[in-house]
Amino acid sequence: MVSGDLKVDAPDDEAGLIGEHTPQNPHAVTHGRTETGRYDGRFAARAAGIVSSAMRDLMSLSERPEIISLAGGFPNTESFPREIYAEVTEAIGRDHLASSLQYGPTEGLGELRERIVEIMAQEGAVALPGDLIVTTGGQQGIDLALRTFIDPGDCVIAEGPTYPGAVPCFTTYQADVSHIPVDQDGMRIDLLEERLARLSDEGRTPKLLYTIPNFHNPAGVTLSLERRTRMVELAHEYNFMIVEDNPYGQIRFEGDPLPTLWELDSGAGAIIYVSTFSKILAPGLRLGWVAAPSPVLRKMNLGKQAADLNSSTLTQRFVIEYMRICDWHEHVGRLNEMYRSQRDAMVKALERELPPETRWNTPHGGLFVWATLPDYVNTSDLLAEATSRHQVAFVPGSAAFLDGNGKNSIRLNFSGSDEETIAEGVRRIGSAVGDASELYQAFRTDR
Amino acid sequence: MSLRVAVLKGGRSLERGVSLRSGDNVERALVRLGHEVIPLDADDQLVRNLRSESPDAAFIALHGKGGEDGTVQELLDILGIPYTGPGVLACQRSWDKVVAKAHFEAAGIATPASYSFSGDAFRELGAADALASIHERLGFPLVIKPAKQGSALGIGLAQEPGDLPRLLMSALSYDDRVLIERLVPGRELAVSVLGSEDAWALPVVEAVPVDREFYDFEARYTPGLTELHAPADLPDDIAEEAAQVALSCYRALGCRGFSRVDMILDNSGQLWVLEVNAIPGMTDTSLLPKASDAAGIGFDEVVSRVLADAAVG
Repeated sequence: MVSGDLKVDAPDDEAGLIGEHTPQNPHAVTHGRTETGRYDGRFAARAAGIVSSAMRDLMSLSERPEIISLAGGFPNTESFPREIYAEVTEAIGRDHLASSLQYGPTEGLGELRERIVEIMAQEGAVALPGDLIVTTGGQQGIDLALRTFIDPGDCVIAEGPTYPGAVPCFTTYQADVSHIPVDQDGMRIDLLEERLARLSDEGRTPKLLYTIPNFHNPAGVTLSLERRTRMVELAHEYNFMIVEDNPYGQIRFEGDPLPTLWELDSGAGAIIYVSTFSKILAPGLRLGWVAAPSPVLRKMNLGKQAADLNSSTLTQRFVIEYMRICDWHEHVGRLNEMYRSQRDAMVKALERELPPETRWNTPHGGLFVWATLPDYVNTSDLLAEATSRHQVAFVPGSAAFLDGNGKNSIRLNFSGSDEETIAEGVRRIGSAVGDASELYQAFRTDR
Repeated sequence: MSLRVAVLKGGRSLERGVSLRSGDNVERALVRLGHEVIPLDADDQLVRNLRSESPDAAFIALHGKGGEDGTVQELLDILGIPYTGPGVLACQRSWDKVVAKAHFEAAGIATPASYSFSGDAFRELGAADALASIHERLGFPLVIKPAKQGSALGIGLAQEPGDLPRLLMSALSYDDRVLIERLVPGRELAVSVLGSEDAWALPVVEAVPVDREFYDFEARYTPGLTELHAPADLPDDIAEEAAQVALSCYRALGCRGFSRVDMILDNSGQLWVLEVNAIPGMTDTSLLPKASDAAGIGFDEVVSRVLADAAVG
């Protein structure tokens, strides 16, 4: 023991605190009390609903450099516009210094909204600048839609699985989320109709239906035209709003685009359309947008005033200048070529590395493959093993459900890593799954 | 006296996030106490960083594998840097619940009956065929846990034989050895112990999970999901006994500085020790800070005393 020279102002009251002998020293240090219970019972119900999850802590391990992470929804940084970045920033400094560092209108810069109109038109969605507000990422669009419509206990319908990033929004606003399963053609509309009828029997109507029609995150599937049409009809029949989240519509590797729900509704007022610059340009900009019927848009605008007054004018200007200087279609075209190869690498690796009973879809766009492993694999536990022993990370399926489902599925991202890394990452996952299968076999009594 | 104190936190364990929160609280306390803090994430640069900083002491705020199992303690011994908490052997003994329980039993301390198997026993030796004998002897429900893991990760409750394969697989995802333990229903108590030869116990804290089967990860680290009662509402003799049991465990494993002893008070008033945590959690929702508040000394004082007990070897 060399603690002698380390004695640090230890009070002389060391008379043991056992049982009733609690310290009576009036000079005892009492500052720095953590008062752990102090805030319990003071949190708003909406904050209390957000729980720490072991999974989220495990996900933080995926930031370590030796780990191959197929978890995030990150674009490949190689796609960022390195060659014109300097030109864009120089133009901002030269011509737009004041407006790009000043507060801006809550609904976003007019010039940017004009460009967004063009981007939407690319997918056949007709909107005017006045139908839009610029948001801080598409994420804020989802938050604003829920903030505007959802009281605690209100019913929201979502695909099962749904976007993991929407889950905290649902819990924050205390929505009662009803998952509708998906198949190759997106949300099962027959099951949606059944659910709506059952809710209606209970005297309930969902206020919102949250959907990602194109290249679903995480399921990778696309809603068929027939189902799109029927979904919009149902919104009018049952009087709910559809939140159409379309971040991936332009990230298409093959096939023709289907009309957006916004287009199919043709101004009849049932759609809140959400999209983002995160996938077609860069997520660090934190810019997205919402198009909605004007009474809804006004409420959302007020919600945005409360949340952040306006999205960064600097990054809004960045997008305006970027789109002025270069052809964004070309950029998206290059992106799609890159991601198509990466998707192919992932699908090939899955075929090679995962047990034959694994099921997955080959997405025609977007960023993700959703794979369902044998049902004895719990993918949250698998993540613990994968990060600690196999140096690879993914999103466990249960992150995409609010009802505890998805336990044997995983979401794999192919946009953020090069082909070689994807192949190695999937090989590591295969080896973790192999270990789990071997163990499972050992538990069979008929072995 | 102001010291230069390296706070070791983070690391590569599954409890990295918990450790970062513990480390932040320790750093704040050390700064309030007038020390100079050197925050160090326990990565592959750790030894290099410790050599170049050459701190007066290291405060280990690591949890889980690497930080709580004697690994980092061995390094600090070699570097000759005094560190907080138990030494290498005590860490090894408490980190492995199977080893810890053997020490409890040898010292005459009650711990729930259990069996343990390695993953290889299932994979290579057909241990699954022995499961029936285990539940015949221990009965259901059974608690299935990884032998070496903190924060209740990988722990599950088996109500019937059909639950076992799934839960054993979960537990074996976190460690290569699994502990199958008789469930003792009762109240979850935790006694934090401070000091070395002159060890003494802080007031007993009771954790009451709200609407949960047991005190799991979510309940541990989400404010509001667990009610912590400190001091626990116990008859004096039970509180005294819990403290004595905790001190016996602390001595049986050879702990110093601080540690936390988790136990169950069953309905007949018997105390059963589950485990000793060599580096107790020091997050906002953790039990040790709660106990120090209940003792009327506050967290800073605990940090100060734990630092004073820092040693090598």
